[in-house]
Amino acid sequence: MKETLLVIGNGMAGMHAVEELLRIAPDEYNIIVFGAEPYGNYNRIMLTPVLYGAKQIDEIMIHDFDWYKKNNITLYCGQDKMITAIDTQARTVTTADADKISYDRLLIATGSRSLILPIPGHAVEGVMGFRDIADVEKMIRKAETHHHAVVLGGGLLGLEAANGLSQRGMEVTVVNRSRHILNKQLDKTAGDMLQSELQQKNIAFRLGLSIKEINHHDGHVNAVTLDDNSRLAADILVMATGIVPNTKLAEQAGIECDRGILVDHAMLTSDPRIYAVGECVQHGRELFGLVAPVYQQAKVCAENLAEHGRARFKTSIHSTVLKVSGIDLFSMGELQSGQDSETLTHIDHHQRLYRKLVLKNNKLIGIIMYGNTRDIAWYQQLLLKQTDIADIRDQLIFGKPETLAA
Amino acid sequence: MEQRIIKTTCPYCGVGCGINATIDNRDAHQITIKGDEQHPANLGRLCSKGSALADTVSLQGRLLHPEINGQQTAWPEALDFVAEQFNDIIDKHGANAVAFYVSGQLLTEDYYVANKLMKGFIGSSNIDTNSRLCMSSAVMGYKRAFGADAVPGNYEDLELAELLVITGSNMAWCHPVLFQRVRKAKEQNPALKIVVIDPRVTDSCDVADLHLALKPGADVALFNGLLNFLSEQNRLDQHYIEQYCSGFAETVASAQSESTELNQIAQRCGLNENDLTLFYQWFAENDKTVTLYSQGVNQSTSGSDKCNAIINCHLATGRVGKPGASPFSLTGQPNAMGGREVGGMASTLAAHMDFNKPEDHQRIARFWKTENLASQPGLNAVDLFSAVDKGDIKAIWIMATNPVVSLPNADYFKQALERCPLVVVSDCIADTDTVQLANVKLPAVGWSEKNGTVTNSERRISRQRPLFPASGEAKPDWWIVCEIAKRMGFEQAFNFSSAADIFREHAALSAFENDLEHGLRDFNLTGLAELSDAEYDQLAPTQWPVLAEPTPTSSRLFADHRFFTPDRKARFIPVQWRPPANSTNNAYPLILNTGRIRDQWHTMTRTALSPRLNMHLPEPFIEIHPQDAESYAIIDESLAEVESAWGSFLGRVKITDKQQPGSLFIPMHWTAQLSSRGRVGALVNPVTDPYSGQPESKHTPVRIQTFQAAHYLFIISRKPMTLPDFDYQAVIKADQCFIYQLAIRAPQDNILQWGQQLLQSTDEQQRIEYNDPAKGVYRMATLDGNRLNNCILIADHWRLPDVNWLQTLFSQPEIEPQQRISLLSAKPPIGQGDVGRIVCSCYTVGETTIKNAIAKQKLTSVAEISQCLSAGSGCGSCIPELNEILNATCLSK
Repeated sequence: MKETLLVIGNGMAGMHAVEELLRIAPDEYNIIVFGAEPYGNYNRIMLTPVLYGAKQIDEIMIHDFDWYKKNNITLYCGQDKMITAIDTQARTVTTADADKISYDRLLIATGSRSLILPIPGHAVEGVMGFRDIADVEKMIRKAETHHHAVVLGGGLLGLEAANGLSQRGMEVTVVNRSRHILNKQLDKTAGDMLQSELQQKNIAFRLGLSIKEINHHDGHVNAVTLDDNSRLAADILVMATGIVPNTKLAEQAGIECDRGILVDHAMLTSDPRIYAVGECVQHGRELFGLVAPVYQQAKVCAENLAEHGRARFKTSIHSTVLKVSGIDLFSMGELQSGQDSETLTHIDHHQRLYRKLVLKNNKLIGIIMYGNTRDIAWYQQLLLKQTDIADIRDQLIFGKPETLAA
Repeated sequence: MEQRIIKTTCPYCGVGCGINATIDNRDAHQITIKGDEQHPANLGRLCSKGSALADTVSLQGRLLHPEINGQQTAWPEALDFVAEQFNDIIDKHGANAVAFYVSGQLLTEDYYVANKLMKGFIGSSNIDTNSRLCMSSAVMGYKRAFGADAVPGNYEDLELAELLVITGSNMAWCHPVLFQRVRKAKEQNPALKIVVIDPRVTDSCDVADLHLALKPGADVALFNGLLNFLSEQNRLDQHYIEQYCSGFAETVASAQSESTELNQIAQRCGLNENDLTLFYQWFAENDKTVTLYSQGVNQSTSGSDKCNAIINCHLATGRVGKPGASPFSLTGQPNAMGGREVGGMASTLAAHMDFNKPEDHQRIARFWKTENLASQPGLNAVDLFSAVDKGDIKAIWIMATNPVVSLPNADYFKQALERCPLVVVSDCIADTDTVQLANVKLPAVGWSEKNGTVTNSERRISRQRPLFPASGEAKPDWWIVCEIAKRMGFEQAFNFSSAADIFREHAALSAFENDLEHGLRDFNLTGLAELSDAEYDQLAPTQWPVLAEPTPTSSRLFADHRFFTPDRKARFIPVQWRPPANSTNNAYPLILNTGRIRDQWHTMTRTALSPRLNMHLPEPFIEIHPQDAESYAIIDESLAEVESAWGSFLGRVKITDKQQPGSLFIPMHWTAQLSSRGRVGALVNPVTDPYSGQPESKHTPVRIQTFQAAHYLFIISRKPMTLPDFDYQAVIKADQCFIYQLAIRAPQDNILQWGQQLLQSTDEQQRIEYNDPAKGVYRMATLDGNRLNNCILIADHWRLPDVNWLQTLFSQPEIEPQQRISLLSAKPPIGQGDVGRIVCSCYTVGETTIKNAIAKQKLTSVAEISQCLSAGSGCGSCIPELNEILNATCLSK
């Protein structure tokens, strides 16, 4: 008799783990999946093209319902089948409609939700995150009838929302507390370049400012007031100020949590039958919002579920490969020079191409590439292997030496 | 359209190559240059410099209008002003208070009237020439031995010889076409032996069977030793010595008194005894011996004695004026010989006549119908400028030469000129180091506009013919001289209407009383004295003497063993080795040697207009032996300062074992127009040969030290830049751009801002920038769209990237997107080869291209390289370097 693997969360992290598991141990488990959204597993990264109309929802599906069928996976999705409790003693879960289902192994992949800052007025209609298909559908509907959008947060998600809404014909203003946008991935030079690129697409920016108050009328947002008391008309306010891991379920079941569900190197929680992956977990002190480490976790988790044993998840230095509004971006490691580090920069103002390399003791510790990401694999290796670059310093920023003649 | 070929003569070295020029666009001054296959000097060949003449005939940098004290003026005013000033000074201070300093770049006709004016009518002999700096020892050598300044042989002798001794001459670079003839002769006759005697390993050694790396200045000891050897080995031509020569006994005794021991001589010469003996044996055994010599012999305080030490050996073996046998002085300038013929030196009268012969003096006075003919030799170049410094000379007229660069102790003489009350300069170039000091600037026609004659090293007179009418208000030098002479009151004597008119008088003077009755003179143009204007225009290259009846011997002199001494015998001159005037000491422990490089001419006023000539050796440099470099902590490619007791120099270091330990080499060409401190003349000791007055430019005691700057940079700019002063600055014109190599001692606070200011870049959007502040590196390019305007590369270290690839981007109308990214790396993107340093100037082929071709296509000979890349198939002057690259590439495999 096969053991039952029960997966809570039908998102990218959980389903990637299942997919990996099927690949390496197809007959190991009887698999049951619960998802709160009424869809198969879709690619959350592709919500932006859906927002600006380049893709339809069926085009961003990773696993449609057929896939579950073909792989003998039992899928329960929708609000009714939302899991409301875990009983770690009985090894059962309870659904919203009060079903109880047993498991031998449990994988929690509940993901995260948008952080809605408790700004006065935040609870009114029109204030929203940018997280799932429902959010996107709401934004599209608003754009059909309204003009003014404000996005709070100049991070990746905020810029994508702004870009999407702008393409849907709204006048968008991005409000960002930092003086430059994408401040986790870029330095000011690159941020400013991206900003002017987006400004040319009619996206406005108010930087170094926060929203003090959300103004509303009839229970619906109609403007926001900034720190400097200026007001922006807003028919919609998208909060893109961060994500919060969904830990409530795990916490209530007595699984150890901090900011996220705590996991070890094997992606095991404090309960030896329960694994967790994705944006809901905390590994060491770190939370996760990007797809690459999450997929890495899924793989490690699958190998452990398959009892292949030794795979261990190790956080590596963050690297981000992005495409914002058609511009290739890459960033990794330390982005600002500190006291004992040095920087190399190369900038082609007219073509909006920029590179910055941060060095410490003749080793690469940080990379920003804006507009041209040729040779990123080479730079990544130099950084990860901590190669001494003293001899090639003069040529380093121009790319892999083999791409230049001797 | 059929284009008319104009036959003319190259304006560079003394080989005197014939050129076929065709005019492609008269208004744009565009021409095509080819070697004249019918000219006996070059038989169709041209060197890199000659081939690039088309690049030098534009109006860029030309002096086109007369100026007085910086104000443009009309010709009549300028001529009146000079004539009045000269007359005024002569009236107040005497004829010796004025002087002319002229040039081997002048045509014979220009030279003739200048000499006639100064010696014949002003009545002073203060006319000297830049030939003093290169040829006067050779003149003295010939005059002392043969009684006349006469080169006995001709170029065919190089092909007829069985032994060629090349001494004190890097003819591969300085007389490249003649060297090509030598190379071919060697190929056709492998038995031909070639000995190169030079302290340095030069490209001329490429054809040598034996290279004697002589100790600087030991030439007299070497040739005295040879005379002893010939005497002891009974290899003398006793009959010749007894019948046709005088003074042998004293001369051989003088040589013997020095030493007869080969090992002692070898030691004095810094040579291996076996090599020395081999050379002596070869000389003894080969009747057909030509000894070719040039500045390494002449530019010495014992230059005249060196010449005579060589000639003594030729006389002792009867090897003078015979087919394949002569002592052969190679002249540096296109018309050094013409200048000697007209008497354009302070020490001679016209037409090879002399001050020490009263009958000569009277003859010339009669011919010129003057009572004012100077009767004493004047001041030679170095003394003449010293007299300017002392204030004895108050007006000097400098024609077609750049003494602020070329004189020894040049900073001192520059100051002398700055103090001189009246400096008149006639030149074709607007801004030279010398023109800048002129009170009066007179625009002269340039090579492509000149009309007249020049005489080459083998006494061959060739026509320079105009390709274009005179530009702007430029005038022929002869016209300027004559107009001023007329205004000074000498209308009758200077009433010439054309160059042909002057040539006829010059020829007539050479013929005047030149007969047995009055005494024969070597220089005789009787046969040309009555040329019509048309015949003059059509004059084919002609060797002198040109007697009334052509004689079979005129292509060589002294075939009849009759010389121009009173007893018609050649004279042996007893000479003794002397050390150079200033020896090295603790303060100045190294010997400075100077000389030419392959692709530049004199002070670069013309050759530096040609991008392809600038790329072979683009900066003022110092060659130093690895051992010395180590002793003085000098690093290859860095900058170093060289100092003598007279001045200082700053240039790029080239470490090479071709240089002798203890000696440095610096090229003579760089000027203040092209470099901050690249004038080697500032270093050179102003000591001269007691007989010839020629300066010792090949031997000055110096010291060297490394030069540390705070910032090193280069700028490449499409347009010429106006830059602030840098401690080190060297600029060259490349294809579509100018390259500035710079260094500065004063640290700059913000190199970003500094770099942007230097390029005057205000629009950030036009910039591409690279910044490594921790290493003091900032690089920036500015572009107009995709068209590159300029770029700057700053570092805190002298090892900057190579300019080779970067500068080629300026010849593209637009750069490619890929190139934008790698632009500031100064290295080409993959698939776009860097050609490397230019080796072959004719076809612009770089070292990297050559090395790659050798490796990839497995090339094994220069012929194969030429076939594959064309390199070496033009003028051929890069063949020695191709051989070197070939050998190095094969060795490294």
